[in-house]
Amino acid sequence: MALYSEKVMDHFTNPRNVGKIEDADGIGEVGNAKCGDIMKIYLKIENDIIVDVKFNTFGCGSAIASSSMATELIKGKPLSQALELTNKAVAEALDGLPAHKMHCSVLAEEAIRSAIKDYYDRHGIAYDKAQFPDPHDEEEEHTVEED
Amino acid sequence: MKTIYVDNAATTAMSDKAIEAMTPYLKEVYGNPSSLHTVGQVAKEALEKARADIAECLNADPREIYFTSGGSEADNQCIRSGALNGAMKGKKHIISTAFEHHAVLHTLKKLEKEGFEVTYLDIHENGLVTAEQVKEVIRPDTALVTIMYANNEVGTIQPIREIGEVCKKAGVVFHTDAVQAVGHIPVDVKADNIDMLSLSAHKFHGPKGVGALYCRKGIPLKTFIEGGAQERGRRAGTENIGGIVATSVALKEACANMKANAEKMKKLRDRLIDGLLKIPHSKLNGDRTNRLPANVNMCFEGIEGEGLLLHLDARGICASSGSACTSGSLDPSHVLLALGLPHEVAHGSLRLSLCEYNTEEDVDAILKAVPEVVSYLRNMSPVWEELEKGQRQHLI
Repeated sequence: MALYSEKVMDHFTNPRNVGKIEDADGIGEVGNAKCGDIMKIYLKIENDIIVDVKFNTFGCGSAIASSSMATELIKGKPLSQALELTNKAVAEALDGLPAHKMHCSVLAEEAIRSAIKDYYDRHGIAYDKAQFPDPHDEEEEHTVEED
Repeated sequence: MKTIYVDNAATTAMSDKAIEAMTPYLKEVYGNPSSLHTVGQVAKEALEKARADIAECLNADPREIYFTSGGSEADNQCIRSGALNGAMKGKKHIISTAFEHHAVLHTLKKLEKEGFEVTYLDIHENGLVTAEQVKEVIRPDTALVTIMYANNEVGTIQPIREIGEVCKKAGVVFHTDAVQAVGHIPVDVKADNIDMLSLSAHKFHGPKGVGALYCRKGIPLKTFIEGGAQERGRRAGTENIGGIVATSVALKEACANMKANAEKMKKLRDRLIDGLLKIPHSKLNGDRTNRLPANVNMCFEGIEGEGLLLHLDARGICASSGSACTSGSLDPSHVLLALGLPHEVAHGSLRLSLCEYNTEEDVDAILKAVPEVVSYLRNMSPVWEELEKGQRQHLI
């Protein structure tokens, strides 16, 4: 299909890291069923390293592919690095997304942040609140970083 | 892999007969019908024969048929003509429905900006409007009623004859966008009390880029494309002879085989509906009886339609969806929303539109693929998980 790159189709058709982690250390869920996208990310964290990550997504092809790619990009990485992941990096790793699908990559970035914040909250780890803007405030208007 | 094409409401493959009929007008009879010489006049004859054949299929007079570039242009010209004719008499009210095709809705939105008032009738959850609803809102200053013959997404057939009767009694011009109906179900402009009608060739195995409109004698049709005397001055531009000939051949073929095709498609359609309704938390959209023979439109809770389409496409099945992601906006289909479906349900819709070329084997393949893909997508859907755990209420 011409709509999506081969990478997007690969990650959509054979998504990596689909599933749940029952004893997850952090869970992040963003999006809204009304808007047609919900992403849920599960993290297993040891010594500040993401040792495992799984996702569940309700959404279109690019939402599923973005979730898959984002989990690939943070698996085995320290939290500090995962927090630096931008929507643009997810989209670039997928060889690009159509302009009206960029919000899917934003959701992936937000889902990861939300899961890390959940991990910090659960474990009483102090963090800079400014680093975690409430994604619900941005529900209507995602900040999309585009080329 | 075999391609199973079930997106015939979007467009159809051309029929062999239509292609055969078209070819000589691309090769030998390439004349311009406005030319005096023989090559031109032969083309002119073909143009008028095609017009007469199409008129006959609709029970109209050939002089009431005008060729356009497609259904959208026909809708634009009919609606604007109806509105302008009304405005000249000080009538600036139009009645339509919330689930028309965008060729109608966007034209109406423009007219609203130009000072017209439009009443959009609510659609019942079965995808139908009633003549009674039209009667209730018709006013002395109503210039035009425009209501589609059959809906392009959910396939519901509106009570056109009754609506036409209400309009006739009130002396209001009645236009119907019959793009999904012509060639598929009987359309008779006289019996159905239709004043203006739009049709599109590529919905009944004709070529793309050809449409026609019917405008009853006595109703002034306004010109929007200036430049020549073609179509009796109502639509300038050298006629697409090959396309027009192919359109008339395709329509005649569709009308001649209408009964047999409809019976065949209804059987396939009903097997699909019954089979897909076995998927838990699924729903048929639109009335089951007053429905185009070829239309299946379902919602599956907990999934999003685009993912479903992509997986079906990977298995060779070409379908469509009213999900937001296929429309390029965040909102799902305006048709499904007009039927009262919640956004989250409307996102998980699937439209299968058949044609007489489909087979029982196609239906077997679809009935195998769709439940598998739905179940696969539900397994990775956090929405489905919440529904199953009772954290979210099932809506269908």
